[in-house]
Amino acid sequence: MSAPSDITALTEREYQAGFTTAVESDTVPPGLDERVIALISEKKGEPEWLLEWRLKAFRRWLEMREEDARWAKVTFPKIDYQAISYYSAPKAAKKLASMDEVDPEIRKTFEKLGIPLSEQKLLAGVAVDAVFDSVSVATTFKAKLGELGIVFCSFSEAVKSHPELVQRYLGSVVPYSDNFFATLNSAVFTDGSFVYVPKGVRCPMELSTYFRINEAKTGQFERTLIVADEGAYVSYLEGCTAPMRDENQLHAAVVELVALDDATIKYSTVQNWYPGDKEGRGGIYNFVTKRGACRGARSKISWTQVETGSAITWKYPSCILQGNDSVGEFYSVAVTNHFQQADTGTKMIHIGRNTKSTIVSKGIAAGRGQQTYRGLVEIHQKATGARNHSQCDSLLLGDRCGAHTFPYLEARNASAQIEHEATTSKISDDQLFYCRQRGLSSEDAVNLIVNGFCKEVFRELPMEFAVEAQKLLGVTLEGAVG
Amino acid sequence: MSELVLEIQDLHARVDAKPILRGVDLVIRAGEVHAVMGPNGSGKSTLANVLAGREGYEVTRGSVRFRGKDLLALTPEERARAGVFLAFQYPVEIPGVGNSYFMKASLNAVRTSRGQPPLDAIDFLALVKEKAKQLEMDQAFLNRSVNEGFSGGEKKRNEILQMSLLEPTLAVLDETDSGLDIDALRVVANGVNRLRSPERSVLAITHYQRLLEYLVPDHTHVLIGGRIAKSGDRSLALELEKRGYAWVEAEAG
Repeated sequence: MSAPSDITALTEREYQAGFTTAVESDTVPPGLDERVIALISEKKGEPEWLLEWRLKAFRRWLEMREEDARWAKVTFPKIDYQAISYYSAPKAAKKLASMDEVDPEIRKTFEKLGIPLSEQKLLAGVAVDAVFDSVSVATTFKAKLGELGIVFCSFSEAVKSHPELVQRYLGSVVPYSDNFFATLNSAVFTDGSFVYVPKGVRCPMELSTYFRINEAKTGQFERTLIVADEGAYVSYLEGCTAPMRDENQLHAAVVELVALDDATIKYSTVQNWYPGDKEGRGGIYNFVTKRGACRGARSKISWTQVETGSAITWKYPSCILQGNDSVGEFYSVAVTNHFQQADTGTKMIHIGRNTKSTIVSKGIAAGRGQQTYRGLVEIHQKATGARNHSQCDSLLLGDRCGAHTFPYLEARNASAQIEHEATTSKISDDQLFYCRQRGLSSEDAVNLIVNGFCKEVFRELPMEFAVEAQKLLGVTLEGAVG
Repeated sequence: MSELVLEIQDLHARVDAKPILRGVDLVIRAGEVHAVMGPNGSGKSTLANVLAGREGYEVTRGSVRFRGKDLLALTPEERARAGVFLAFQYPVEIPGVGNSYFMKASLNAVRTSRGQPPLDAIDFLALVKEKAKQLEMDQAFLNRSVNEGFSGGEKKRNEILQMSLLEPTLAVLDETDSGLDIDALRVVANGVNRLRSPERSVLAITHYQRLLEYLVPDHTHVLIGGRIAKSGDRSLALELEKRGYAWVEAEAG
């Protein structure tokens, strides 16, 4: 995302620091066994209990089969897990001398997204020579959060500074044995973000990984934990509209959210990992486990995601509605173009009384893209008065793509009210011609129609993010029509 | 004589390999209003779509010049930006896209192509509100999705609203009067009349004479079998209303 210039300045400062300290390459040879896990834990200076937890996960993972995680409607070749290197110390990326050395395709995309030049350099890994006095920005930011008692730091830092919080909540929403990819993550995760908002505190700003772009480069196995204590509120932004390249093909992140009584967590994602080329070569496999527990009464967790990148997206941000009167929301836009595949959706597990959930999913398929919505609404026996409304719309561009919807409903309480609406539509030639007759180019017309289609989701995003998400959609669908 | 706006010469066009237009000749000068009438299937709507550049309408012979330039060489959006406006017979619904937002995008695309600065949201809103008022349209229309859930008459008014914003050099009205009650017809016709000026021309395609009571044409043409069989002034329209098309067909042979 393009952030105010002071934020840019802050992140650039961090990059400068990284540049000057230029750590030596510190990578463990490929392969995974208990020694590698012990090494990761040791390098990070972790306490004994965390190493034990990792090892438990690893032993469980050895008993699991990746085939069992292949129920999604996506296809990909066999992954050799022993060919992956599971630890690489944060090292300064190779710096390019100027923007001229950056892939022209990426440069074009930056321009289309309207990303300021200084930020383009940062994202593309170009050395920035301007000096910013941004220490004050960083200090102000940290000081403000600190005053309120809000903890916002890297996961590794949290293990050291707030071990009791990490120990209490880690794995409490996504257990180490949850699924093949989450279990692998539990064994080998390298870093991620940690947020704790204390009782009654409303976090006054959107927390974004962008503030920590340096630390955000945590590689393939990211782990995020956000805890909102009683009556707390926090809005967290993950990702970036700028195209993200990564040499690691497999990404298996885990995100856990915990909301106690009267707490609200809003989690917004814009995901634009490298989707592979137009022929479907390369691209990131994004197998993510995201889950939030509305543990307290009247708590609320809201997921909003805009998924435009990755060759494969396998992702179901879910809510466990344990607290009475708790609320879960899932707003999603997923786009697949060329050969991209997305199998995404949510699970809303109603356990408490009078729990409410809303699902709005907008899938857009173009080129040979495959798009699947998969969602579960489960009403437990004691969940009296549970309500769900689901709306799943698919939009097709062209006739070689596909859209599929798999809604699962399980109600064990007769008082449940569940509504499900689904539509599939195509951008019609009539719509395109109408727009063009009014002076709009085909591409602008497609953007307009697609953005109209996604409106209900975009309005859930923080303003600035929403504007960028719209532009991003346009870039992703470029050349999809005409 | 005023400027030549549209010169259609020996225009042949087909749809799905079926010849529809078989040699249309028509000249429209600046400031003129032309009515094209004709029975069903005579090629009226095809003519409108060919002028706007709709896909699937294949020109096989002849030429169309717009202000001296080859219109057929332009894409639909280039034609729109050059000042050709088509009021659709069946305006299309675009769910989720605000009407006002759509019109602003359209107007600014046209303005930008003419080297004019785009209007900002505030100026645009003031302009569109004024135009909507002239067409007796409720402001609620501006906030609804483009044509979604509009009645037939509302859709047609919305077309004229767009026309009044874009101020085209040539407005092609494709059966804009169909499906309108008499009050709506009067409002729509007045909207078009308000746009009449020495610089603008109108090509009104219609089934019925009644639109022409409000929108008085300088010339009336009868399209039969893909050709203009007869041209005349306003009185021709009245005669057609009374006597039907058969006599023109007979006369044309």
